[in-house]
Amino acid sequence: MKITLGLDSTSLTRRYPRLAILVTLFMAFGVPLGLYVAALAIFPLNTPERLNAMAQQWFGFDLAGSPYRYLIYTAFLLLVAFIAVNYTAVFGGVSTWVERRVAGRMQSRIGPNRTGAAGFLAWVADAVKMVLKEDTIPATADSLLFRGAPYFSMVGLLLPFVVLPFGESTVVTDMNVGAFYVTAVTAFVVVGILVSGWASNSKWALFGGIRGAAQVLSYEIPAGIALMVPVLMAGTLSMQGIVRAQGGWPWDWFVFQNPAAFVAFFIAVTSSLAEGNRTPFDLPEAESELVAGYHAEYSGFRLAIFLMVEWANMWIMGGLAVTMFLGGWQVPGITDEMYKSALGTGLVPSPIWFVYQALSMLVFAVKTWALVFTFIWLRWTLPRVRVDQMMSLCWKYLVPGAFLCFIVTLLWQILVPPVGVKITGIVLALGALALLVKFLVDTRRNIDKVKGDRVDLSNW
Amino acid sequence: MAEETQMGTLGGFPNPPAKVRVEQSSPLPTRVREYFGHISDVVKTFWEGLSVTLSYMVRRPITVQYPDRTEKRVADTLPSRYRGLLEVDMSVCTGCMACERACPISVIKVSTDKDPTNPKQRVITQFDVDESKCMFCGLCVEPCPTGAIQHTREFESTMKSVDSLVFRWVPDPEKPVPFYRPVKGQDAPRAPVGEILRKKMAEASWIAPASILVPDGPKKD
Repeated sequence: MKITLGLDSTSLTRRYPRLAILVTLFMAFGVPLGLYVAALAIFPLNTPERLNAMAQQWFGFDLAGSPYRYLIYTAFLLLVAFIAVNYTAVFGGVSTWVERRVAGRMQSRIGPNRTGAAGFLAWVADAVKMVLKEDTIPATADSLLFRGAPYFSMVGLLLPFVVLPFGESTVVTDMNVGAFYVTAVTAFVVVGILVSGWASNSKWALFGGIRGAAQVLSYEIPAGIALMVPVLMAGTLSMQGIVRAQGGWPWDWFVFQNPAAFVAFFIAVTSSLAEGNRTPFDLPEAESELVAGYHAEYSGFRLAIFLMVEWANMWIMGGLAVTMFLGGWQVPGITDEMYKSALGTGLVPSPIWFVYQALSMLVFAVKTWALVFTFIWLRWTLPRVRVDQMMSLCWKYLVPGAFLCFIVTLLWQILVPPVGVKITGIVLALGALALLVKFLVDTRRNIDKVKGDRVDLSNW
Repeated sequence: MAEETQMGTLGGFPNPPAKVRVEQSSPLPTRVREYFGHISDVVKTFWEGLSVTLSYMVRRPITVQYPDRTEKRVADTLPSRYRGLLEVDMSVCTGCMACERACPISVIKVSTDKDPTNPKQRVITQFDVDESKCMFCGLCVEPCPTGAIQHTREFESTMKSVDSLVFRWVPDPEKPVPFYRPVKGQDAPRAPVGEILRKKMAEASWIAPASILVPDGPKKD
């Protein structure tokens, strides 16, 4: 018998093609599904009242009177955080694969296609590679700040998950200042960028860090003002409240309920692209100008954290836009009363409640993924903007536009009766549908323009 | 005249048409029109660009997925005169050593001996071709009287150890191969080019460890 040392992945997948498909399916659907199930089971319990009731009813234990109750509450919070962090990491990984495949096809090539079925496991391999690499710290770097910088970025990424909903009840907590909180904590990412740029003691990293600071601070303003539009329309800052003020059908979404919100949606998405350093606003890392910008000196696990933050931020950007403008987790046809009656008064809700919850989570995930795809699509369409263009876009166009939307929304809320809002919703939703159809027809024509080209989804 | 033409064109290309701004009787000042012109430019170019990239998304990528998802083996698609790995059909080798002499870089090593049981019969005890050194010039193929040594179209010769690239066409010196005697007016019965080599490659494992010449460790003074 011949024994070969080392893992020969090519021959492994070639020898067991079914194993490769099974592992891929597990990683692509099993892991996210497991995290969703865990979130659905754990997140709604995450209040002291529910935990107290559960302990009383199932274990006959008076948790509310116990001196150790805060230990239990903290343990539960840690469990919730564990699920959220893992969801972020898995999403960040999967989105890199999606990005590379989409980019590949848009450039007439394939992208990763070797590891696992359709190359899906490439992100796992990348992560393993990153973790195994040496974590070097430049001799002249400010060691403490250099090592700490990735965690600032990571905290900025993870904090919005406190209020960002996954579904009707699947949210860590429903803060009454949710929208404000999100705009505040996402700015943490820039602290990481600035600190890493400074601590690297390298001119490229410093340029990247300063650009990042200028960019994120500028775009905070249009982003914040544009996000005030749905807040005005819902009359609340709570994320769940904003979603509940919308409906499941497209004409009930805020984006179509007034023309200013329609514009504000695009302003908010553009600004959040800039805040998340996505192309066309990836000036802080601009490979062709700054090597790798603020993370030029990083390697190994710390670089992995920066990259994970960058990709996982797409979920925050997409999720925020979906929550504020696109109806969030609202499922068409399922009303608040139906959720309430399905929940009942007992400790364990009826099975139909779980079905509703799963549907709402699915709707939210599908909408967010659609936006994430759009972000990826934009990245592989547009070139990077120059610094001066980035600044003039923000200050000359987005900031006045956002303020205008804000004022128009104020007037709209006062002057337009509910019937007008309903009609606007239907008209704008139909208009958007017509634009979408026109766009797809144009796309089809672009294919026909090249002789011999046709729609062909083969060659995976 | 010639000078004027040179002035009129830019590197042989006609000048781009000058931007003609038709002054419309618009009540808006130019700056305002420019401002909104930029916005409409952005919308139009986004529309155009996004639809182009999306249209490429649903076309077939031109990538050929070598090596395992091609329609044919790539070696079989190459022209027949392709100079790939050398192959020797020992059943028609006359032991003339013409190839060894022709090789400018000593890739080929042939040894012959007398058959101990039959002194009249000469045998080949060694026919080694070092493919790692071979530069595929084809000088060995030309003098071969029977066409025993030939270039194949095989080119995939990755091995974990470079020693595995020494092809031993007489695998065992204890079992030497007798000389082939050409028959006048008759072509040598050469096996189809590539068949023997493919069989040999299939048997060889590319992860086989080095058989000879294991490098010595660092020298100690």
